[in-house]
Amino acid sequence: MSARERELRGSTAVVGVAESMLGEVGPGISSLDLIGQATVAALDDAGLKKSDIDGLFTHSAFFNLPTVTTAEYLGIRPRYTDSTAIGGSSFVADLRHATAAINAGMCDVALITYGSTQRSSSGGLMTSGQVLTKSYESPFKPINPGSGYALAAARHMHEFGTTREQLAEVAVAARKWAQLNPVAFMHDDLTIDDVLNSRMVSTPLTVRDCCLVTDGGGAVIVTSAERAKSLKKAPTYILGAGEAHWNMHISQMPDLTETCATESSKNAYEVSGMKPSDIDVVEVYDAFTINTLLFLEDLGFVKKGESGAFVEGGRIAPGGELAVNTNGGGLSYCHPGMYGIFTIIEAVRQIRGEAGARQVDDVHVGMAHGNGGSLSTQCTAIFGDESTL
Amino acid sequence: MPSAVLNVADFTDEIHPEPVYQALLDKGVLAYQRCDVSNDVFFPPRWLCPVCGSDTYTWERSAGEGTVYSATTLSPRNKEPYVVGLIDVDEGFRLMSNVVGLPVEDVTIGMRVSVQFKDVEDRGAIPQFVKVDA
Ligand SMILES: [Zn+2]
Repeated sequence: MSARERELRGSTAVVGVAESMLGEVGPGISSLDLIGQATVAALDDAGLKKSDIDGLFTHSAFFNLPTVTTAEYLGIRPRYTDSTAIGGSSFVADLRHATAAINAGMCDVALITYGSTQRSSSGGLMTSGQVLTKSYESPFKPINPGSGYALAAARHMHEFGTTREQLAEVAVAARKWAQLNPVAFMHDDLTIDDVLNSRMVSTPLTVRDCCLVTDGGGAVIVTSAERAKSLKKAPTYILGAGEAHWNMHISQMPDLTETCATESSKNAYEVSGMKPSDIDVVEVYDAFTINTLLFLEDLGFVKKGESGAFVEGGRIAPGGELAVNTNGGGLSYCHPGMYGIFTIIEAVRQIRGEAGARQVDDVHVGMAHGNGGSLSTQCTAIFGDESTL
Repeated sequence: MPSAVLNVADFTDEIHPEPVYQALLDKGVLAYQRCDVSNDVFFPPRWLCPVCGSDTYTWERSAGEGTVYSATTLSPRNKEPYVVGLIDVDEGFRLMSNVVGLPVEDVTIGMRVSVQFKDVEDRGAIPQFVKVDA
């Protein structure tokens, strides 16, 4: 971390957040329409007008030149544009990029947005970035991205004695949170046995260890702390963020049991001056149950190898010791291809006290953590309310 | 390790990293690159050493033996189940491959394996791994 980045602590704030329609939106609604819905709602949440937006940040698996396509659709001519394409974590990285741009005077109001109709359009997982380079993995027929995560889970089980039941605890906790979230996709009861007995996708992961395939979009508006003070809602300050990637392919990941969330969170902690015990709610990109376990370790909430035992007995479920993925996560709430933006939306709502039945008591500090590729890219952001400045 | 050094011209007219690797696979050789400057082994094939940045390297022949670092079984509908594994090859590189020739449930992390080659239409030979009997 540079000393100058430390000076950016609390210099920007999230002032508007919103989701679009979620779940299965049906034919006739495009991914851009979902971006439009979320943008209108986030502007309203912030008390800003579309004409205030002068910085645009987005990524898509549906269209090329993502910010260009989105800006044309929204009718925006941004003076700062950023199509960071590092998978589902891109939107968390965008928080840090927007903070830099705003502080450099390159834009004043940044819109970070995403939309996808991957459920209605294809029914299958869509991944970003067409691959024209030769693959040294595809001839062996892994399911992408599931097999990469399955390989990580298998190695974690081998090294630390983590069990399938402990992986299933993650899915069960997510479902319990989702049951408190009216817009979550899945509300039915889910038990550990249900997870274990579901269709096997790529051992040791069953379909209930894997994220949903849904439609959905989101929008997040960031501006300077100074401007934020005059807007509609109490600012949610960006206290620090970090981003890292060490590998693209799972076969190139140095150690399958340690992600570069260690590096992204180190920067976020150092810039924010926070430590894991300061974090009141943790929103991580749970593409698969193993993600939550790895991130609890790599973000510093538990020691390496101890996440499996930690999540037992509902410790990350509602009423548990640590509030993790309080919206129900990608496992039970919503997963439209790239989920990262929803970690931001939920962390902000929890800090504002707007989370309804799932609201955690006394939240001042929240973390959003995005993941992209095959455990490839990791981005961490730490937010706080005014008391944390 | 001079015994592992390959004279690529003995096998193929190709000179660039990707086609050299494939041409060697097609001749039954699992090859990797070793940096002439830092001595690091690297894989998959590329133009420069990812450790030190040098673009001078030597192709070497792997003995084709390694250890299963991780493995996952896939069971597509109406098809035979198969194992996708990550293999730590003894010369110091890791690759994705399939572990074949035994029931999928018998593939374990830490198992010793050795390479064999399978022809794939429109691609050429790919390396696969079988269990080494202890
Ligand atoms: Zn080198």
